Amino acid sequence: MIRVVLPFHLRNLARLSGDVELEVTGPVTVRSVLDALEMRYPVLCGTIRDHETLKRRPFVRFFACKEDLSLEPPETRLPDAVANGVEPFLIVGAMAGG
Amino acid sequence: MSKIRVLVGTKKGAFILTSDGQRKTWKVSGPHFAGWEIYHVKGSPADPNRIYASQTSGWFGQIIQRSDDGGKTWNTPGSSPEELKSPNGFPKGESNKFVYDGKVGTHKWYDGTQHPWEFKRVWHLEPSLTDPDTAYAGVEDAAIFKTSDGGKTWKELTGLRSAKGHLWQPGAGGMAVHTILLDPKNEKRIYVAISAGGCFRTDDGGKTWKPITRGLKSPYELPDPDAEVGHCVHRIALHPSRPDVLFMQKHWDVLRSDNAGEQWNEVSGNLPTDFGFPIDVHAHEPETIFVVPIKSDSEHYPPDGKLRVYRSKTGGHEWEPLTKGLPQKDCYVNVLRDAMAVDQLDQCGIYFGTTGGQVYGSANGGNSWSPIVRDLPAVYSVEVQTLR
Repeated sequence: MIRVVLPFHLRNLARLSGDVELEVTGPVTVRSVLDALEMRYPVLCGTIRDHETLKRRPFVRFFACKEDLSLEPPETRLPDAVANGVEPFLIVGAMAGG
Repeated sequence: MSKIRVLVGTKKGAFILTSDGQRKTWKVSGPHFAGWEIYHVKGSPADPNRIYASQTSGWFGQIIQRSDDGGKTWNTPGSSPEELKSPNGFPKGESNKFVYDGKVGTHKWYDGTQHPWEFKRVWHLEPSLTDPDTAYAGVEDAAIFKTSDGGKTWKELTGLRSAKGHLWQPGAGGMAVHTILLDPKNEKRIYVAISAGGCFRTDDGGKTWKPITRGLKSPYELPDPDAEVGHCVHRIALHPSRPDVLFMQKHWDVLRSDNAGEQWNEVSGNLPTDFGFPIDVHAHEPETIFVVPIKSDSEHYPPDGKLRVYRSKTGGHEWEPLTKGLPQKDCYVNVLRDAMAVDQLDQCGIYFGTTGGQVYGSANGGNSWSPIVRDLPAVYSVEVQTLR
């Protein structure tokens, strides 16, 4: 079970009150977690990554185990602590805009 | 008993203002989509309970919202709980998928080089006059999209960008289709306006478009007096009874066309400035038009700190300031292009919103004004529904 923490606006958009728990089959990567998240909540398609290119939106960042994973390739395996559900995968709206 | 519903898009959410036909007391609902930029909210003329909203964010991109109960509840089209229970599995979230069709192409960039089209947001939503499931979206970077399934999916009408799109150039506010006018007498005819692309018309339902800019003068931007595209058109308007007569607020000049845009003539007349954003037409008097003059180019606030709507009852040339109830000193707000609308009651109501968060209304054709709300976030758009 993977735990995903969404930013305020995306929680509201998906009508969630807390964290998301996802089952991910196969390797636990940024891409597989986002695939599972969008499958569960289609309203989030296009809000975290581009519909077509699947590139991360510029002001969205990914963190796990105190590491910034935003620039890692999407196929990068997430830490075991995330794959085991001990630590969450954090999707964060970047500080920007003053 | 008639009822008025004013749909307000702001920098931090949408608000719905309702009143009876007297338009003296108002109920304020909102913020809807709190914290998100709401560029435009507009109801379907065919079904007033159907309302479309463009919700956008620099962080999370574009969202399309739809209400089927007059704004009480909202859903992203295609993602309602009922649809998610489809036996075919989860539908893809495509209501916010605006993908340019075919080869993306390029347009003119600030430095004169060519730059690829990049979708940023929906500025304007124009529901069909006859079908609640059909609507058009004017987007940045400038293009027009159409939905025929209530906003679940959107497809570009590519012919617009074929109208010399490579020569369009963004202005300071970006490059967007910000105005879409549907001809009520000819369903194949649509007008759009683009900053800074110009003004265009299709007569075949959106397959092909042509620039309609003859008579526009933009000497500083466009030295070529015959330039067909590149004009910074801020807003166009028409009266449903005479859809061939168009009124335009351009970056410079107020103009009119009496032949569906084939030729434009300046009607700025005695306006204190010829710059401004919105322009609208009285509901029952096709020659009565309204503008809000703004000081150009850098200040973008009313001249002399006086917020004045100007009305012409002669279709231009002769203008009178409407000031009763509006601040006449120390006022430095702006009124954006989509932030003025009229209702359809016998005594036509006029409404406009400001970047200072006020929404003003007049229940007597502009003779006097009063604030409906004073302290909203900056107002991006105002639309009105007259419910009978």
